[in-house]
Amino acid sequence: MIWVDTLAQGILLGGLYALFAAGLSLVFGIMRLVNLAHGDLIVFAAYLVLMGVTLLGLSPWVAALIAMPLMFALGWLLQIGVLNRVLGKDILPPLLVTFGLSVALQNGLLEAFSADSRRIPAGSLEGASLDLGIVTVGVMPLLTFVSAIAVIVALNALFYHTALGRAFRATSDDAVTAGLMGIEPKRIFAMATGIAMVVVTIAALYLGMRANFDPSIGPARLIYAFEAVIIGGLGSLWGTLAGGVIIGVAQTFGAAINPEWQILAGHIAFLAVMLLKPRGLFPRAVD
Amino acid sequence: MLLETRGLTAHYGQFRALFGVDIAVAAGECVAIIGANGAGKSTLMRSITGVIRNEPAMVLHWGEPIGARSSAEIMKRGIAMVPEGRRLFPSLSVEENLLIGGQARKADGPWSLDAVYDLFPILRERRKNAGTALSGGQQQMVAIGRALMSNPELLLCDEISLGLAPVVIRDIYAALPRVRAGGTAIVVVEQDIGKALAVADRVYCMMEGRVTLVARPADVTRQDIHAAYFGEAA
Repeated sequence: MIWVDTLAQGILLGGLYALFAAGLSLVFGIMRLVNLAHGDLIVFAAYLVLMGVTLLGLSPWVAALIAMPLMFALGWLLQIGVLNRVLGKDILPPLLVTFGLSVALQNGLLEAFSADSRRIPAGSLEGASLDLGIVTVGVMPLLTFVSAIAVIVALNALFYHTALGRAFRATSDDAVTAGLMGIEPKRIFAMATGIAMVVVTIAALYLGMRANFDPSIGPARLIYAFEAVIIGGLGSLWGTLAGGVIIGVAQTFGAAINPEWQILAGHIAFLAVMLLKPRGLFPRAVD
Repeated sequence: MLLETRGLTAHYGQFRALFGVDIAVAAGECVAIIGANGAGKSTLMRSITGVIRNEPAMVLHWGEPIGARSSAEIMKRGIAMVPEGRRLFPSLSVEENLLIGGQARKADGPWSLDAVYDLFPILRERRKNAGTALSGGQQQMVAIGRALMSNPELLLCDEISLGLAPVVIRDIYAALPRVRAGGTAIVVVEQDIGKALAVADRVYCMMEGRVTLVARPADVTRQDIHAAYFGEAA
């Protein structure tokens, strides 16, 4: 019975990792950009939500709703002002720039908020649980997982059923020909990064409500997100959810065997998938 | 004049591909640009459509300099391109490939999804297929339909017969008069001299990055074309 419980906890934890990864997957899928500052941007958004809660006295949900357009604008400006200038055939310049951004963000947050670990207060939800018969699950992990599915359904709908999604896919296929169709690839990229930052805000909300965070934890979130994206197959959103779940389940089983094995088990699961399926579980047909 | 190039030059790094090319296209006109491989025809198309940026005044649209504009800006002014090699979007279905052609420019005109399907009925049957799953000829039809979806003033067709069977080329060329009837001017870039002369009001011949002949098809002899095309007397 305890294994069923562990499995359920692992799947729900996978929802959080999928939320970390969805924005990364979106940006990589459209512009082949690996944003090394992704984890730090999640932490930045968590502080933004925390400020809404502590300074303005808002509920975390309302604070996140206000943070979303701000993060969208930040993503847009980051893409137009910085990342578009370094995107090109060479993949090294964007890696270096986002690595630099990661360092700058961590130090900026350290300066502004100190190294103390913080948490977004979620009130009665923090300890609430739901009895589902065979297992009892926390309401917060369940909400996280449901949000991850909602985010991926929404992103898929955007991708495959809207004119903007069509422009995303066309630009990803062939930016020069997309230009001949009247699409400005740089604006499309800015839109994609803006949307990724909205997803980052949702991830940040749950990160901050479920556990303590401080300015230094971004890179570890990036690694989990990265692993989820790569397990799923680069550019596949449902694959990203599957990747998050695989890491989550591996971590909870690892922790059940020996608490010191939690993080290690997730990385081993990642390596095992890479050995068996080097292109991930659901690789895109066109790459 | 709908479109003009004046003293258009273009470079690929150290290599100079165009040496002061002057062409003009009037509204509703059909112009052919012929020349051997490497004559600079595709470079000319890439320069007009902003894929290669130039001095502003080297390309004029209704007298306004557009040589330094982006591809997207030029397309929104009503200059649509059927690129060499068709360049369909592999992630998009046939219908999505068509829709994306009309997404950025909303202009009144005869072309819509239904009108394109009437022009190329086979595409209606294949509309759910991936664009790249089609035969070469059908892909060319999608590429032409995609460009028409924006109801352009000017349609630039770069090597639309390249690599296709003669019977397929005939079907594709048969569609061009209907495009003209809708009020769209056409520039066809061709290596197939016969096809080009049959549809064009005027023909430009290019060689080594220069225009070597401008004439009406009825006024030129085989010898003129041969000399302009290969740089030698027949």
